[in-house]
Amino acid sequence: MPTLKERLRELPRKVAQSDVWRSALRHGYEDTPRNRVLMIMANVWLHLHPPKIRRHALRIRFTWCMGGLTFLMFLVTVVTGVVLMFYYRPVAEYAYSDMKYLQFDVPFGMIVRNMHRWGAHAMVITVWLHMFRVFMTGSYKPPREFNWVVGVILLTLTLLLSFTGYLLPWDQLSIWAVTVGTNMARATPLLGHEGPFASNLGVTPRYDARAFLLGGTIVGPPTLLRFYVLHCVFLPILASLFMIVHFWRIRKDGGISGPL
Amino acid sequence: MADEELKAREGEGRPEEAPSSLWSRRDFFSLAGWAGVLAALGASLVGFARFMFPRVLFEPTPVFKAGYPDEYPVGTVSERWKRDQRVWIVREPDGFYALLAICTHLGCTPNWLQQENKFKCPCHGSGFKRSGINFEGPAPRPLERIKIALADDGQLLIDKSVKFLREKGDWGKPGSILKV
Repeated sequence: MPTLKERLRELPRKVAQSDVWRSALRHGYEDTPRNRVLMIMANVWLHLHPPKIRRHALRIRFTWCMGGLTFLMFLVTVVTGVVLMFYYRPVAEYAYSDMKYLQFDVPFGMIVRNMHRWGAHAMVITVWLHMFRVFMTGSYKPPREFNWVVGVILLTLTLLLSFTGYLLPWDQLSIWAVTVGTNMARATPLLGHEGPFASNLGVTPRYDARAFLLGGTIVGPPTLLRFYVLHCVFLPILASLFMIVHFWRIRKDGGISGPL
Repeated sequence: MADEELKAREGEGRPEEAPSSLWSRRDFFSLAGWAGVLAALGASLVGFARFMFPRVLFEPTPVFKAGYPDEYPVGTVSERWKRDQRVWIVREPDGFYALLAICTHLGCTPNWLQQENKFKCPCHGSGFKRSGINFEGPAPRPLERIKIALADDGQLLIDKSVKFLREKGDWGKPGSILKV
């Protein structure tokens, strides 16, 4: 008769060989080179990463890790942003007070809100530094030219995310910054009511590029809602799509900090 | 044997095919399919663009009554409606005009400096003369004048949605100045 001790010792092995376990986890944990690669390749989350990296990928003095930091800041703002969404209402009547509520009446609300704001500022800084690094190291040269273009698109999206997010607290700084920013849209050729060729297309202050952004003729409740949707749904999806391409191309073009 | 068959099949033995301008059924349906996809996408895009411009806007009305003409001394710039309506009402010897208190540089609200007889924008330093003409700073054009008229009850009636721009030659047109 097996003793309790013997049975307990056998338990992990029996569990790991059960059908339930093996249906979820399809590989073992032996430390062989083949199994190391298999563990990454067979995992849907992990297989976006290469199973092995070259030694040159660890040259921090080459990259300063700026691209990685930008991605980290993106993740921080996404996570804190989702958390903030439990309390923030994108309605002009409530927006400012919801922000104050988060800061003072929600436990840990202050730090979540601050992390979101600081993370956003940090992301803008790191993305510029990343761009400078790529330029200084010549990492935009063939075959990496396309990835540079994707990077510039990501830079634009980062700045747009900052711009749309800036309106959401609905304080004086927000409203005036958006007023000034969107006023530039009315001078767009063809699409802005104060730009050249406006009369040719029949654009008026009610129907032009600026009205599209603002949801009307003034910065008001429709603007807040539009910017909220842009900030929380549309731009993050776009940014994610372009980041997927950006990271993929790095691998395909020879790996990070690879020789030119 | 097999080689000869292959060669024949690859066209050396086949009769010459004239370059055909007739489309095969496959080409036709392929093109029709893609055209359908593009048409659907195009229609969706146009629909979305129209969707983004609502038919009804809930914005405050641009028209307001500004009191009786007698309440405004000749030769003064009145700031009575600056805070609530962003409008200055100026009465000169030859009549009334109303200026929008929106700097033509980037949209801030300028200040009327009585002592120096000018409007000065605190944001970037644009300066405007009493008439609204820009003379210093980054403002590219004069302040905008808006429609001023007399209401039925004799009060001044201001309509902020009707603008008169000096650079377009609008100053002097009916509605831009009220002779009382």
